[in-house]
Amino acid sequence: MLQNLFISFMAIAFNPGAFIDNLYYMGVGMLAIIFVMGVLIGITTLLNKFFSRKKNDKDDK
Amino acid sequence: MVEFVKNFIDLLFGDMMSNFDVRMLVMWAIGGILIFLAIKKEMEPTLLLPMGFGAILVNLPISGAITQVINGEVQEGALSVLFDAGIANELFPLILFIGIGAMIDFGPLLSNPKLMIFGAAAQFGIFFTLCLASMFFPINDAASIAIIGAADGPTSIVVANKLNSEYLGAIMVAAYSYMALVPIIQPPVIKLLTTKKERMIRMPYTQTEVKKITRILFPIVITVVAGLVAPASVSLVGFLMFGNLIRECGVLNSLSETAQKVLANLITIFLGITIATKMHYESFLAPDTLLILGLGLFAFIFDTAGGVMFAKLLNIFLPKGKKINPMIGAAGISAFPMSGRIVHKMGLAEDPQNFLLMHSIGVNVSGQIASVIAGGLILNFFM
Repeated sequence: MLQNLFISFMAIAFNPGAFIDNLYYMGVGMLAIIFVMGVLIGITTLLNKFFSRKKNDKDDK
Repeated sequence: MVEFVKNFIDLLFGDMMSNFDVRMLVMWAIGGILIFLAIKKEMEPTLLLPMGFGAILVNLPISGAITQVINGEVQEGALSVLFDAGIANELFPLILFIGIGAMIDFGPLLSNPKLMIFGAAAQFGIFFTLCLASMFFPINDAASIAIIGAADGPTSIVVANKLNSEYLGAIMVAAYSYMALVPIIQPPVIKLLTTKKERMIRMPYTQTEVKKITRILFPIVITVVAGLVAPASVSLVGFLMFGNLIRECGVLNSLSETAQKVLANLITIFLGITIATKMHYESFLAPDTLLILGLGLFAFIFDTAGGVMFAKLLNIFLPKGKKINPMIGAAGISAFPMSGRIVHKMGLAEDPQNFLLMHSIGVNVSGQIASVIAGGLILNFFM
């Protein structure tokens, strides 16, 4: 069983060049997720400001 | 008499003996370890216990629990039927997301939305592992393996299914096992990357009231934005946020309670034991599985490191007194609420007066959102 396991281990393809090829996806992926979360931060901040200000306006009146 | 006993034993155990494989014993041991971890160590028992029992169940000789061909006839097994009905079509993970959404209180995040950026930073491990895994696997499998780092079982299942990965079983087992092992995996990584002084940074928490309308609009806005950016993940985000909307709307308390408790528990029972159908010794005891487990661990470690290092980077630019405790960055992986609690406990261990819970939970729920979006981006890239 161990011998078979070793043989199958050796049969796994190893392509180090793929690491470099896919760095593009790492860069774009991280940029995209930071961008989306940035948009969500902006919208949430606006929601917080908008609705708290409305309440304050009412209080002033 | 001897002949009779021999025939009797043959009758009872003949089929079993001819279909027995020593690798089944290994799988029973793995099942036993999962059950031990669930009961003795209380590690994610709701998932590890059904998975451990299921691993034993499907690895019995000619187990009737899974579909198999016996004497040329296909005999359907109950667990395989459940798999086709609930996991192959992504139904169980999506329904579970309604329950998870109903459990999450976005309050700490809404009162300090800037915390969301840590959720993004802590997805670094996913994209880094994608590059690592692509050296050994085709890109669809590599992407599915990378998403283990999302620390989010349902997202892993949906992504691996949509990308037609042949390693769905190993990916699910890795995702759920590592989620359970977060208390063991994260602390050494955090300690390695931070100094005692950094771990003692106090972050005062000012409770700000979040308006009900903001709580209601938030899940709707998230669904729309995530749906526009990553349409493939809209079902994931949508179900999660639907659960949260039920919680926050204030008029569906009974549904919210059902989603949080009964629905989530029911799906978890079936999910855990159904995942075990993919733990059959023939497919599971392969070197690929070991490699996937190793890469999944890398993804978790680099996610944790990504969050911590990003907080340290921000600290370079922040003035004294406004510094961030870099440990909260580690809570950006989506293992909710374990990761947030671990960071809080580590903070207390360094300084009994340092209460990081609200910050770490805020980052933790942002990780839940970010991991789903990361899953959607991966699907956008490779579908």
